[in-house]
Amino acid sequence: MRIMSSRLVLVLLVLAMAVVPLFVSSGYQLFQFTMVVAYALAVLGVNLVTGYNGQISLGHGAFYAIGAYVTAIMMDHWDLPYWSTLPVAAVICAGVGFLLGLPALRLGGLYLALTTLALAAAVPQLLKYDLFEGWTGGVQGISIIKPDAPFGLPLNADQWLYLFSFAVAVVLFISAWNLVNGRIGRALKAIRDQPLAAEAMGIDLAQLKTRTFAASAMYTGIAGSIAAIAVQFVSPDSFASALSITLFVGMVVGGAASISGAVFGALFIQFIPNIADQVSKAAPGAVYGLILIVFMFVAPGGIASLVRKWWPAGGSRARST
Amino acid sequence: MDGLLHQVFSGLATGGIYASVALALVMIYQATHHINFAQGEMAMFSTYIALALINAGLPYWVAFAATLVFSFAMGAIIQRVLLQPLANAPVLALVGVFIGMMLIFNNTAGWIFSYTLKPFPSPFGEGGPMVGGMLSPHELGSTCVTLGVLLSVWAFFRFTRLGLAMRAAAYNPVSSQLVGIPVARMLALGWGLAAAIGAIAGMMVAPVVFLDPNMMAGVLLYAFAGALLGGITNPLGAVIGGFLVGVIENIGGAYIVGTGLKLSLALVIIVAVLVLKPSGLFGKTLASRV
Repeated sequence: MRIMSSRLVLVLLVLAMAVVPLFVSSGYQLFQFTMVVAYALAVLGVNLVTGYNGQISLGHGAFYAIGAYVTAIMMDHWDLPYWSTLPVAAVICAGVGFLLGLPALRLGGLYLALTTLALAAAVPQLLKYDLFEGWTGGVQGISIIKPDAPFGLPLNADQWLYLFSFAVAVVLFISAWNLVNGRIGRALKAIRDQPLAAEAMGIDLAQLKTRTFAASAMYTGIAGSIAAIAVQFVSPDSFASALSITLFVGMVVGGAASISGAVFGALFIQFIPNIADQVSKAAPGAVYGLILIVFMFVAPGGIASLVRKWWPAGGSRARST
Repeated sequence: MDGLLHQVFSGLATGGIYASVALALVMIYQATHHINFAQGEMAMFSTYIALALINAGLPYWVAFAATLVFSFAMGAIIQRVLLQPLANAPVLALVGVFIGMMLIFNNTAGWIFSYTLKPFPSPFGEGGPMVGGMLSPHELGSTCVTLGVLLSVWAFFRFTRLGLAMRAAAYNPVSSQLVGIPVARMLALGWGLAAAIGAIAGMMVAPVVFLDPNMMAGVLLYAFAGALLGGITNPLGAVIGGFLVGVIENIGGAYIVGTGLKLSLALVIIVAVLVLKPSGLFGKTLASRV
């Protein structure tokens, strides 16, 4: 009974999040919320590999960039519909993630962090590189057009895109929830907490870590696709290594190893820079860094752990996972 | 041929800078198994302090020494205040703190000293090329400084009681504590030394690349690549790795990929090392006891 009611509250909350902005928000606010959805998916991707699996990635911005460019190139060069680009971006990002994870995750420790940091630095340069300019548009980037609502729905482009990305996100969030709360999820956490014991239990560490990394790259790639459609523009400089750091910060502040933490992290990424700007016009990034360090000391579980204390019904259940 | 030799020599000169940063990274890695992602930004910040002191009218070498003292104190204080309390925290918390420090140093430097590129003086004068036209005076001078630093660090760890105590604290903290070595203080000392070494690297690279808050981002990546290439468990290996990466970067940039893709070389080197020889050229494979 209690569990049912808590699930009902969650469903109502999600429905409200989907519908209410359509009626009350302006076009720009809807754009901001669409970006929150994209960031939430990206942060969820980071969270899968870093929060749940304990393998630190500082380069997920690279997958975000790849997803965005796949979408932009498909829409601009081949006039393909926007929705068809998401699965392609997902597959390509998962493939790149798998190939990169193969060498970097064979070993424990911080090798993934180093490799992904180097990847994040390399991607903007690769996107600008002359040889690929025919595809990527070089420093100019690519402009794309925001899709209209299909089937004659009485929604404008902003409203439709918000609903579309929200629906995609709900499906992916439920999948992630199922993943981390099942057998594989337990294996992931075991690898994070006790790699030796996990291996002794028969878990193939390298294999599972690499697959997780591929899945997490896939999530972040889809996020990049959605963001590209929302922004209607991609260019190498929007995917500098600062983006990867931002996603990492969002993951940690939102809450590592928490599905809802991804949403809090996304809200943080989207709205805190404005607030940090007000605190200190000159050094917003320093405020960002300070918040990060304070969280590490005061609430290492992020915003999600703080919310969990106040969320009445699901509290005990959520904590036990 | 002359062109190639020239690239090798100037590669060695920048490689020396990567070697210094790689050494700083490995020192902290050996003692704590942490990789300080803020090492580059700390060095950049120190370099700004040096510039401020020089602009205030101090002679170069006085400013140089004062910067070393400042950086040492900064490193030691960071270790005591931020990292000591997290000694038993999960890796994620520590990486979070390092990334936070990175952001803070980067933005504070931009805020105090502005984001515009600033020229940084070289103590070795401008002058024409030397050593048969292979090296500029600054390249020669900075290579000598780097080698001097590396030698004195080696001598410090090899021949002094303090160095021995620091090695012991890194190798086996519990036993060291039992024989009376103040392990926590040794860690702070190690952080201070690493920060000072980084500061020297910053002051040597700034005349070449100009000073700005993002100056060290690339250097840090190459230093990572160098440390991995040489073996992250071996300080001497990391130093050699740093020099090698400098040469690879210069030759690769000049003949193979062009300057536009130079940073991707760091990724290629890192992946290649992880695929071919994860322990690095001179590192040892660590076996963990179960």
